Amino acid sequence: MIKIIKYVITDILRNKIVLVYTLFLMASAFSVFGLEDNSSKGLLSLLNIILIVVPLVSIIFSAIYVYNSAEFIELLVSQPLKRKSIWLSIFSGLATSLLIAFIIGAGIPILIYQANGIGFTMLAVGILLSVIFVSIAMLATVKTRDKAKGIGAAIMLWLYFSLLFDGFVLFLLFQFADYPMEKPMIAVSALNPIDLSRILILLQLDVSAMMGYTGAVFKDFFGTYVGILFSLTILTLWIAIPVWYATRKFNTKDL
Amino acid sequence: MIIASNVTKKFGKLKALDNVSTFCNKGECIALIGPNGSGKTTLIKSILGMVVPDSGFITFKDKNILHHWQYRDEIGYMPQIGRYPDNMTIGQVLSMMKDIRNKKNALDEDLIHSFSLHQLLNKRMSTLSGGTRQKVSAALAFLFDPTVLILDEPTAGLDPVASEILKEKIIAEKEKGKLVLITSHILSELDDLVSRIIYMQDGKLVFHKSIEAVREETGEAKLSKAIARVMSKQSVVE
Repeated sequence: MIKIIKYVITDILRNKIVLVYTLFLMASAFSVFGLEDNSSKGLLSLLNIILIVVPLVSIIFSAIYVYNSAEFIELLVSQPLKRKSIWLSIFSGLATSLLIAFIIGAGIPILIYQANGIGFTMLAVGILLSVIFVSIAMLATVKTRDKAKGIGAAIMLWLYFSLLFDGFVLFLLFQFADYPMEKPMIAVSALNPIDLSRILILLQLDVSAMMGYTGAVFKDFFGTYVGILFSLTILTLWIAIPVWYATRKFNTKDL
Repeated sequence: MIIASNVTKKFGKLKALDNVSTFCNKGECIALIGPNGSGKTTLIKSILGMVVPDSGFITFKDKNILHHWQYRDEIGYMPQIGRYPDNMTIGQVLSMMKDIRNKKNALDEDLIHSFSLHQLLNKRMSTLSGGTRQKVSAALAFLFDPTVLILDEPTAGLDPVASEILKEKIIAEKEKGKLVLITSHILSELDDLVSRIIYMQDGKLVFHKSIEAVREETGEAKLSKAIARVMSKQSVVE
């Protein structure tokens, strides 16, 4: 398994996109921190970049990579290798290279300007989001044979998690404005890893005061150790469940 | 050595394999023949575990292949269309396969030399012609000295010299007591190779006989004529 991961990572590093992604993250992080006199303001701007760019790059790059490796996968499947380890190696290879890119690209600036609790939370969230969206991409690609359809599905999933879901939440809030929605909102936020990550960081930034009563309820819950443990568990599940299901599908896939 | 029992596989509405049962023993050279789309490649891919049958099962040395993967260590497979990662060179593909297989015993590099692939090691797979790709596939299939060779249209796209080299290699391996499973449309090539014939049509296994039996029944010495007779008989029956 280690051998295949090694081949996947060298293959990914050979095409320069991951390098460009690293440089982009680094450039935007340094410029954001440089522009703001207050580095926690810079962190807020960086948060928005990370919440949009990291999932987008992770899901699209992974989806395209898996489709492009169709030949490689076919070659490996006819060899004495477990299908499960082939699939998980590709997942680990993708996740590792995107993680390295994120840690170098965003991690170095964050550690320079904000080496505190918030900075580390942000790093952790970025790392988890990278892996989560690789995992979701693996699921999208195993379900569809057609390349255009699979990549389209990946883009739609990203749109859903970054934009549509928020619209859906707003709609829900307006429809049920007369009811106490604060507690159910905690449960709803678990349905979207991006939202959950945003809440986790915003609460640390103490801007939750601006979010009114919901913010206070969120603070009460996510501010505690139980809350943080809850959200970390949910985010880990967002990694494990798609990849587990995708591996199951891949085990019986015809090549 | 390989036993398939009631293997059925559907792709959508198409029945690619319809209740196929057959067996292959050591030391045989089996030709898998039939018209295009008769399920030959699907059967081969099921044996390799690349296609998972809807029902029925396949055993390799009395072990169901469904949850086993180590058995593929004993198989050398040459696909009909060799597809390799485009941005790897021939040398990289070869060393990757050696790395993955991790064989302790000596490698069989005959074909690499007789196809002079060792002079092309730095060529990228994407720049290769179809014939050179076939040569790489063939070299890989024989490289690890496997006990079973599965060759899907091995000579398609090869020039006459290369296909003669490959044929000699197949005969040599057969003499060593290996099981060779081969599909081909060029029946004249199979004449001096095969010992048994599996004939498939529309996903069904029509017959599985030794070549002598086929020759006797049809009264033709040449395999191509014998099969032509069988095929025309089939259409009369239908």
